[in-house]
Amino acid sequence: MAQDKDPQEKVPARKPFTSVTAVAAPINQANVDTDQIIPARFLSLPREKMSPHLFRDVRYNDNGSPKPEFVLNKPAYKNAQIIVAERNFACGSSREMAVTVIQDNGFKSVIAPSFGDIFFNNCFQNGVLPVMLPEARVNQLLRFLLELPGAEITVDLPTQTVKGPDGMVDTFEIDSFRKDCLLKGIDEIAMTLGYEADIAAFEKKQRSANG
Amino acid sequence: MADAAKPATLFEKIWRRHVVVDRPDGYTLLYIDRHLIHDGSYFAFQRLKNRGLKMRRPDLSFGTPDHYMPTNTRNKEDVTNPDSKRMVTGLAINGAEHGVTVFDIGDRRNGIVHVVGPEQGITLPGITLVCGDSHTSTHGAMGCLAFGIGSSEVTHVMATQSLWQKKPKTMRIDIDGALGFGITGKDVILAIIAKIGTAGGTGHVFEFAGSGIRQLSMEGRLTLCNMSIEGGGRAGMIAPDDKTFAYIAGKPYAPKGAAWDKALVEWKALPSDAGASFDSDVRLSGPDIAPMVTFGTSPEDAVPITDRVPDPSTAKDATKREGLTRALAYMGLTPGTAITDIKIDRVFIGSCTNSRIEDIRAAAAVAKGRKAVVPSWIVPGSGIIKEQAEAEGLDKVFKEAGFEWREAGCSMCLGTNGEIGHPQERIASTSNRNFVGRQGKGVRTHLVSPAMAAAAAVSGHFTDVRRMKV
Ligand code: SF4
Repeated sequence: MAQDKDPQEKVPARKPFTSVTAVAAPINQANVDTDQIIPARFLSLPREKMSPHLFRDVRYNDNGSPKPEFVLNKPAYKNAQIIVAERNFACGSSREMAVTVIQDNGFKSVIAPSFGDIFFNNCFQNGVLPVMLPEARVNQLLRFLLELPGAEITVDLPTQTVKGPDGMVDTFEIDSFRKDCLLKGIDEIAMTLGYEADIAAFEKKQRSANG
Repeated sequence: MADAAKPATLFEKIWRRHVVVDRPDGYTLLYIDRHLIHDGSYFAFQRLKNRGLKMRRPDLSFGTPDHYMPTNTRNKEDVTNPDSKRMVTGLAINGAEHGVTVFDIGDRRNGIVHVVGPEQGITLPGITLVCGDSHTSTHGAMGCLAFGIGSSEVTHVMATQSLWQKKPKTMRIDIDGALGFGITGKDVILAIIAKIGTAGGTGHVFEFAGSGIRQLSMEGRLTLCNMSIEGGGRAGMIAPDDKTFAYIAGKPYAPKGAAWDKALVEWKALPSDAGASFDSDVRLSGPDIAPMVTFGTSPEDAVPITDRVPDPSTAKDATKREGLTRALAYMGLTPGTAITDIKIDRVFIGSCTNSRIEDIRAAAAVAKGRKAVVPSWIVPGSGIIKEQAEAEGLDKVFKEAGFEWREAGCSMCLGTNGEIGHPQERIASTSNRNFVGRQGKGVRTHLVSPAMAAAAAVSGHFTDVRRMKV
């Protein structure tokens, strides 16, 4: 089979992440798993065809009509670029589409008390900023967003702060490595190829040890 | 540099040996000894190609298509969905182009990636192993550091044979005392997850220890480590011992002769030193673990077979209460129902959690001389397991009992090959995730061990397999 006839995955160019002020969508449910974010039956689709299927089964009825009560179907959240979710967001499989489908729906940052480990890593690979805040504060933010649909939040990476609709500012932790990569839009593979000499030296050492 | 004299954990010993570069910001470039790939790695190959990069060490990569291939056929032409077909056929094409060993459809060694690695002796003690699949934690049962990665990281490993990692924390999970009759690795891991929760291990690598773990066969240990990810763990590990070495000896890709003797010396030095400390410790009593069944839509929603569906009003906080209420509505269950009164519509025995020869023998022992009263599938984890089971006559046992004996693959665990249940169908499944819609839209999944699944198949409802004459 000729590979060059395959649809090519369109990966958006990596843009640096600095700050986002935007409407935030509240997903007030714990343990939202990656099977809900993007059901398995869509995983073989090329990336550009996947984005309409974000939260497919909780968002749409069987006949394809949107469920009006689902947060992302409400007009107030139409331009949302931030997700605020409960604990253990995006637990489950390693599917990176859980990040890219969120990203391709316009979201730049996800705030939650905790995340599935692999999803958390995958966010950085794609320039999406996952922010961990204490559970009590996340619950407060969720209440605001539910009571004031369309309220905005600011996530600022240089100062590592989140400003809520109530004007309260929280700081969050992020590794300097991850922060740097996001701020500069650094491509990890290109960076690691710069360590080629170290990798080659490691391989040489390992070979002689295994002699 | 860590002090060599300080007691170290199994994890610590493997980590230290694989550091390429330690950066001052706390990130380590970790060398990867083995990279497993599958049909889902298709897009990672594309990305590599788009960037004009080559695989650094194709000799350290092994592939097997498993997720997208139907299990009623071994003919790739039978894959009707063109997107799926491209992924199934793409692996061998990409493998040939880059020089990667691929156990393709039709090869007896083909099967689920996490079954094939240990079975071929590709997975060895002391190594680092990754795969673009969360259940890569399975391989830690062999005494190695193995974890799942995302697709961008798959491309990263293809290009550099390394990964940037921040050192995870460690958690020791001790199972004290002998497990009771009929208790399997599946019951142990479900009991652990019920105790610590699905986020309980976030940011941690587990080391499973204690007499209850030593007692488990390699198959049982693989099942246990497989579901570390369902407990939030990055990886799960078990110190290698004589059972591990006996399992590996003679496997096709395992070291032989003098290399074996040398490896054995190294492997014996791997177990955590006495006095090594962990960031946290969890303990469960082995004798108290019963056959487990999940009732909800998260693997932590697990109870002993002797128990009842819990009442959400007794949950410890509002989030948990809401979650349970939603889960029971989805599952169509009433609080207080005895687990043994839950009727099932279908049985699936398979997946990287429970499709090894011991799992199939356990299911066959229950099926023998009985009749399945609901549609029940047995999907072996690899072609080799299928052959072995057939050599033991187990396929006949199943066929006589009305079970369907199928080809190797992921099958109904995830259903990306089209094998899914119907809305509201209730499935007793030996897989690892009971998430909403995991086995098909609206499908209700209950996670159990193979023997418990077979017991449910022949009785039509959950049954304590310990009470059946097996
Ligand atoms: S059997 Fe299931 S969990 Fe395992 S690799 Fe396949 S789809 Fe993933």
